Amino acid sequence: MQRRQWDTLHQDRMQRLAAAEQAVGPGKIVAARDTVKLLEAVIQPGDKVNLEGCNQKQADFLAEKLCRVDPKKVYGLHFVQSSITLDSHIRLFEKGIAEKIDFSYSGAKAGALAEGVRSGKIKLGDIHTYLELFGRYFIDLIPRVALVAAYAADREGNLYTGANTEDTPVIVEAAKFKQGIVIAQVNQIVEHLPRVDIPADWVDFVVESPRPFYLEPLFTRDPALITESQILRAMMAIKGIYAEYGVQTVNHGIGFDTAAIELLLPTYGESLGLKGKICSSFALNPHPTLIPAIESGWVENICCFGGELGMEEYVAARPDVFWIGPDGSPRSNRTYAQVAGHYAVDMFVGGTLQIDADGNSSTATADRIAGFGGAPNMGCDPRGRRHASDAWLKCGAETGSTAETLGETPRGRRLVVQLQETFREKMKPGFVDRLDAWELRDAAGLALPPVMIYGDDVTHIVTEVGIAYLHKCRDLEERRAAIRAVAGYTEIGMRADPRQTKDLRRRGIVKMPADLEIDPAKAKRSLLAAQTIRDLVAWSGGLYHPPGKFKNW
Amino acid sequence: MALNHLEFSYDGVAGASIPADWSHSGVVGSGDMEVLLTRKAQGGKVVVKVCTPVCGFDQVWDKVLAHFVAESGCGDLVIEINDNNATPFIVSLRLQQALSEARGGDLQ
Repeated sequence: MQRRQWDTLHQDRMQRLAAAEQAVGPGKIVAARDTVKLLEAVIQPGDKVNLEGCNQKQADFLAEKLCRVDPKKVYGLHFVQSSITLDSHIRLFEKGIAEKIDFSYSGAKAGALAEGVRSGKIKLGDIHTYLELFGRYFIDLIPRVALVAAYAADREGNLYTGANTEDTPVIVEAAKFKQGIVIAQVNQIVEHLPRVDIPADWVDFVVESPRPFYLEPLFTRDPALITESQILRAMMAIKGIYAEYGVQTVNHGIGFDTAAIELLLPTYGESLGLKGKICSSFALNPHPTLIPAIESGWVENICCFGGELGMEEYVAARPDVFWIGPDGSPRSNRTYAQVAGHYAVDMFVGGTLQIDADGNSSTATADRIAGFGGAPNMGCDPRGRRHASDAWLKCGAETGSTAETLGETPRGRRLVVQLQETFREKMKPGFVDRLDAWELRDAAGLALPPVMIYGDDVTHIVTEVGIAYLHKCRDLEERRAAIRAVAGYTEIGMRADPRQTKDLRRRGIVKMPADLEIDPAKAKRSLLAAQTIRDLVAWSGGLYHPPGKFKNW
Repeated sequence: MALNHLEFSYDGVAGASIPADWSHSGVVGSGDMEVLLTRKAQGGKVVVKVCTPVCGFDQVWDKVLAHFVAESGCGDLVIEINDNNATPFIVSLRLQQALSEARGGDLQ
């Protein structure tokens, strides 16, 4: 009987390390000018490669050097990574170095990605949520080589990732413990690290980058741009949902709608006597717009997915609220924060681009493959949840379809709230019969239209017209009627039957501002706790340092 | 960009005009909408003239304006609107604000 060899992965790894030593000499620390030689030595055609980059930090130096490898030596790579956000990511495909991508989020490169898929230069694997992609790193998308970014390394190769730890631990673990290769770009090599975020024996090579890694301030929203319409929706959400359910644990999606809510807590929320009764704990990036609520004593805990440029000093100075290392500097961890966001918060609140007549929502357009990021893991009912809270139990008890589907057994439910403007700028309707996601499915050859949040997961839609408490509906027909009732002057809204709307209001399935005793004329910018970025700096006592593009003074 | 001129007419409440001859509110340059209200005895009728860069939403304007006239109980008015891409919600809000300002209401 032929004996099987059990350590082929290890042997392969040893060969790659030997090739690296031949190319750039011995030792973990590799000179920046040798980076291309190193990459050519350790990466083989067709490898699965994880090139770190997420909403926030990017291994941009390694990405650029990877663009310079000889495409005759290194080609056909399959990228498995959180995001495609840099020019260099697209260039890798144009040069044939990369062939296929499995990812989660694209943002600024959504258009270029769609174009690459259309022209056949980019083979699209699947579009994931973060946790889903991280899961696949350990099952069927195991990276052979991981290229990551850190603030600093020491001579042994220990890494300090600090406030922007983000995805690094999960990427390194998936590569390293399946005998893969880990290369880190660092802003500097130092004698002593403030703390060790990734231990040295999980890291094969360290390159000191000639410039710091790129960091995107994705979650910064300028209060000056918040509209009265957003303020009205925020008032309705606070009174009709946060207060109604007494929601203490929350995740906010990115955008001006949730920024408005954050800035209304210390003013409008205070006037309703809600301090201490709602919003005490968040799974959330360090949003600058949350500073006034934190300073006013509303918030006890914030678990961060990533860091936000300019917030480091403020976060470090509020260690009771944020997660801080033994060295005193902030830590973030996307995997753990996503787990917290999925299982441990009672409510997701976010904005979207389009909602269809059945309540499905999407931010996809036909010519942009933007991905999901983490929102669907929070914008859903976590079916595996077993612990109870008052808000979760109340929402579950109100669910109109439980008797049909589950019978008598009680079950809780997460609140999944969509804030939606009936018309966006250029009179683009927020409610449509058919999501653009369907066109994108056809254009990009996807198995499914990329729906961000499914209609049967949404519990509440808030528009300037009112709130639809969709989970209270008994069936799809009733849910459609409740959506029409708050869809305003869109084509869908104009199909609302006034008698049916009246009945839904009587039954508490739809609430208009008058039902909530809110006067729309009072939705004014003066209600915002901070009206400019400069106000946020003042609230922070000078600890928040906004990036230049947000400064106009 | 070519501007779109629309005109609508509704049955309002006779005598429910504004106290002054006219009243103006909003700016179109940096804001989203400008409104000029003019008192005019015309058997309660409310005539609305809209100048907007947006095309293809005549029916939406009609619905928003009809709703405003019915809800506010105004009449004997000419309303001129210079629109700078205001959404239907903002149009309703600005009209309510303009009318209450013209009637000397509390806008705080």
